[in-house]
Amino acid sequence: MSEMRLKTGLAEMLKGGVIMDVVNAEQAKIAEQAGAVAVMALERVPADIRKQGGVARMSDPQMILEIMDAVSIPVMAKARIGHFVEAQILEALGVDYVDESEVLTPADEEHHIDKFKFKVPFVCGARNLGEALRRIAEGAAMIRTKGEAGSGNIVEAVRHLRAMHSQMRRLTLLGEEELVHEAKETGAPLELIRWVAKHGTLPVPNFAAGGVSTPADAALVRQLGAEAVFVVSGIFKSEDPAPRARAVVEATTNFRDAAVLAKCSRGLGEPMKGLDIHQLAPEERLQDRGW
Amino acid sequence: MVAKPRIGILALQGAVRPHVEKLERLGVEPVEVLTPYSLRSVEGLIVPGGESTAFLHLIEMNNLWDALLEFSGEKPLWGICAGAILMAAEVLHPAQRSLNVFDVTVERNAYGRQLQSFVSALEPSPAWEEEEVEGVFIRAPRIKSLGARVVPLLSYKNETVMAREGKHLISTFHPELTESSAIHRYFLGLCGTA
Repeated sequence: MSEMRLKTGLAEMLKGGVIMDVVNAEQAKIAEQAGAVAVMALERVPADIRKQGGVARMSDPQMILEIMDAVSIPVMAKARIGHFVEAQILEALGVDYVDESEVLTPADEEHHIDKFKFKVPFVCGARNLGEALRRIAEGAAMIRTKGEAGSGNIVEAVRHLRAMHSQMRRLTLLGEEELVHEAKETGAPLELIRWVAKHGTLPVPNFAAGGVSTPADAALVRQLGAEAVFVVSGIFKSEDPAPRARAVVEATTNFRDAAVLAKCSRGLGEPMKGLDIHQLAPEERLQDRGW
Repeated sequence: MVAKPRIGILALQGAVRPHVEKLERLGVEPVEVLTPYSLRSVEGLIVPGGESTAFLHLIEMNNLWDALLEFSGEKPLWGICAGAILMAAEVLHPAQRSLNVFDVTVERNAYGRQLQSFVSALEPSPAWEEEEVEGVFIRAPRIKSLGARVVPLLSYKNETVMAREGKHLISTFHPELTESSAIHRYFLGLCGTA
């Protein structure tokens, strides 16, 4: 129990903040100086993984250690879905959070990592409530929407946030026998279904990720209920990263204040180009990875 | 009906929600503070846990630096973890700017990274007359030295982890993540609203 409190506790400290993907120590410093609450260390951001193809794996530990040395904020890193040895290695490096991520090529097409076996906390992606609760049942201490990573398009993160929140609201209205049916339908444990029905929220922090490119995107997912924002490819794939990073931080905190949003959205240069989700072939959709 | 006392929580980023729930249970109205304007109506301010480097940027963005200094001259502040770092006279590892309203030197992430986060019972000093409490330490700072007017309240392995100086309070651990409301009640006492 105290372990879980430490794991979700760190996520609690990140709330209201921006977690930025970085590929080297220099970008990590830019992120920290812009007010990021944490960085995600990875070799290739999803936009590049998409372009270059091939198997995407855990990043080189050397590069992760360089980023850990460069900044004083928490450092996260990604392991492939089901690749518990990559997670063991990341834990041995001392990273602060492991993202069991659909952005990397899955290592197991049936099982996710048993996250209770680790002292390091895990974040996992989800598209809907059932998926979120299955990950929590495996020990995830933070949930993020999957969105469509590397697309520069917010539409999928919005879809996933809306789905999760409307499904949670619905559960609060159901009777006990209907909850049993929900557990069966979603494959989520009944005790977690009951918890959500009682509280109307997830038992762990719920962040947004996937396609956030502008300050307005960050404020949108916050207003839709996300408690913090991951910016994946959107900053360092834009024309001028540092001011954009600062603006996304400012927007994430002041997400209800349209005057601040209007001010911080000005003159940021070109955002990352972005993809139309409907043009993606089924095998190009990263969000469908995970079980 | 008498208006409920109002206590602010600096809501730039971090663990705001658990304090909202604690304060509501204690019959106080929580106010999420994002602007100098919202500081005017509160009797005390909790600076919650979060990331202290992010706080520094967001305080600048929202023009809160001078407002917080002015507020601290009049009413109590309670800094928790990153909040304590923000209030300290001096910050180490690495050195960074701080409000300098509480006479301690603190070292950031001084127990290590997340894997070194821990929960432990705390030892009360003679000045702590409330119930026993446990400490949840998350990438916590350590208080390396205390000024002459600082009163230690709780310690862990003989090091002060919660202290009071005048009307201000700091703790390096997270009382908002435990069941007990003893420390929140103590802070309301400093605010004159208990």
